[in-house]
Amino acid sequence: MFDTVIQQAFNALQLGSYYSLIALGYCLVYGVLLLINFAHGDIFMVGAYIAFFAATYIMGQHALIPPNSPIMVKLVFAGFFALIITAAVSFAIKKKPVAAGQKNYSYPAILGGIFITITAAIYYWGQGMKLESGADKILVFAVTMPLTMILTSVVGVFIERVAYKPLRLKGANRLYVVITALMMGIILEYGNLSLLGTSRLSFPTLLPRIVFDVAGAKVSITKLSAIAASFLMFALLQWIVTRTKLGMAMRAVSYDKFAVPLMGIPLDAVIVFTFFLGSSMAGLAGMLYAMNFPVLDPFMGALVGWKAFVAAVVGGIGDIRGAFVGGFLLAFLEVIVAAVFSSELRDLISFTILLGILTWKPTGLFGKPKTTKI
Amino acid sequence: MGNRITVPAALCALLFLMVAMPHVGLLGQYGITFLCSMGIFIILSASLNLVNGYMGEFSCGHAGFMAVGAYTSSVVGVFLFVPDQVFGQPWLPMALTPFAFPVILAAGFIAAALAGLVVAIPSFKTRGDYLAVITLAASYIIKSAIENVEAVGGPRGFAGMGKIVQGMDAVVSIPWMMVWIFLGVTFTIWILRRFVYSTYGKGVMAIHQDEVAAEIMSVNTNKMKLIAFMLSSGLAGLAGGLYAYLISFVNPGSFTILRSTECLVMVYLGGMGSLTGSVLSAIVFAILLEFLKPLEQLKWVAIPLLLILLMQFRPEGIMGNRELSDVFPKLKRFYRFK
Repeated sequence: MFDTVIQQAFNALQLGSYYSLIALGYCLVYGVLLLINFAHGDIFMVGAYIAFFAATYIMGQHALIPPNSPIMVKLVFAGFFALIITAAVSFAIKKKPVAAGQKNYSYPAILGGIFITITAAIYYWGQGMKLESGADKILVFAVTMPLTMILTSVVGVFIERVAYKPLRLKGANRLYVVITALMMGIILEYGNLSLLGTSRLSFPTLLPRIVFDVAGAKVSITKLSAIAASFLMFALLQWIVTRTKLGMAMRAVSYDKFAVPLMGIPLDAVIVFTFFLGSSMAGLAGMLYAMNFPVLDPFMGALVGWKAFVAAVVGGIGDIRGAFVGGFLLAFLEVIVAAVFSSELRDLISFTILLGILTWKPTGLFGKPKTTKI
Repeated sequence: MGNRITVPAALCALLFLMVAMPHVGLLGQYGITFLCSMGIFIILSASLNLVNGYMGEFSCGHAGFMAVGAYTSSVVGVFLFVPDQVFGQPWLPMALTPFAFPVILAAGFIAAALAGLVVAIPSFKTRGDYLAVITLAASYIIKSAIENVEAVGGPRGFAGMGKIVQGMDAVVSIPWMMVWIFLGVTFTIWILRRFVYSTYGKGVMAIHQDEVAAEIMSVNTNKMKLIAFMLSSGLAGLAGGLYAYLISFVNPGSFTILRSTECLVMVYLGGMGSLTGSVLSAIVFAILLEFLKPLEQLKWVAIPLLLILLMQFRPEGIMGNRELSDVFPKLKRFYRFK
């Protein structure tokens, strides 16, 4: 009996760590832009897919570059892919204006560096290496994780640039932004479905199957890594928001969007950074989720994303601690419901909780009520 | 004097055409189904326009209420007329089906309107995106509740409505479903038009402009919201009932967020706060869907993309908040809209 309780507690912790990671992203974007980014759950799904392709690619299961071709052809291929990624990066970082007569070489230097690095990496790995042993897998894991986070955040920032920013500049009704976000999510799901078909991909095992024995409960290393990652990420985020200049700028933007640009704070850069952070968290969550539940399908993000949103609301949206605690709270609730009643009622219960909280205490557990001036 | 008779006369002529054309052979089964789905689209779009257009809230859980109506109508109909392993022997003979069908639809309407309370009551306190979340959550809750009820087949779905349509055919052989859907559309447009240009509708529009000011100017905002939400979801339930009998099979999978998205696209395409706009956009959208059929899954990339582009470049839609008679003033000779 006792060991099942411990086992279930670890399951809840694991589930909670995914919810928290995604809820943190919701929370950041909402805090800065007052926008519920409905596409966030699908960005998590995109993260899982990106992790899959990155891992299998690095493991050499499919080559980007046609093998047995001359070096020049390989370089052209690698350069082409690198160009796409560099273009995406240049889209995200803005060139700094300089005074007349001065030369600023930092922007082309950064982009050139990125381009050359990616070209080299693709050239090196693009021919398909065979990585089979356990130590190699750890290396793959170590490379995949940052790669997934970066690529997923590029996707998130890209969505912000093409879909939300024009609306923001027009000063459109907030409703339109919400609708756009909702539609973006559907586009991601069905775009994925039409690109990759309905075949479900299975995620490769990256970490060795080491199982610890904690008071009679079996805890695998993937489970532990998910829990550890969520705590680390929360600590990092808390540090960024409370202790760095960027975090201060984020809080300033959420306090007053109109006065901030007048104080010399680059509003756009702050918003991009927010999306970058949130989406990279979602990407990390996607990767860890795929490592634990290794079947990917295009609609995996919808429900998990929703649950994470519920978690963010439970905690009080716009507060990082609230989102983090809310994720674990919801996970424990769900695990208890599944253990006591049945697992089919889980979704029903969690959505009912959402409705109850929104009617009874719309600001959540940690949120502060706002007053509107008339 | 002419404007009192024009519209009813035109409607009767249309109804006569609908009954006569299949008999002469001018309208095949494909055409009938297409017109029926168009009618259902019109009901959905016009009813959602009441909340999303006239009241300016954002409800994206329309499919949930449609599901309530569809399931209630199906269960009531099967319970009354069809021998079924769950509900036992029928209570009434098949010959009564044409007379009982409005009652069946009304049951769906009432059930969906009651389900609308789930959204209407939280809407007293919350607004904007949180209300959007509540509507979405409500539709998820309804869907997942239906999936958990084994009596109506759970996730597999529920059938047996086809026999009722056949029973109506046995009484008089006319395209019954098309007639009922036509009557449903007429009822929807009639009641919405009456509602929107009554004192109540003025109150709803006042809420759209400024809720606090409306409250101060003695509009009972809670009552207005309650009525608007319940009417809107009730009409969605009517559409759901008609839909269930049209394809004679319902399952929870057909009432997902995609269905709600279709409704949203129609409302914003037609224009927020324009009844004729939502009718027009439903017709355009039905034709568009017919053209997008070969795309299969890509259809669901195209439709959201259409809505995103609408939001970017023309958020007011085709008509804005004007009616057809505002665009073509000569029409006012035949009917008065406001």
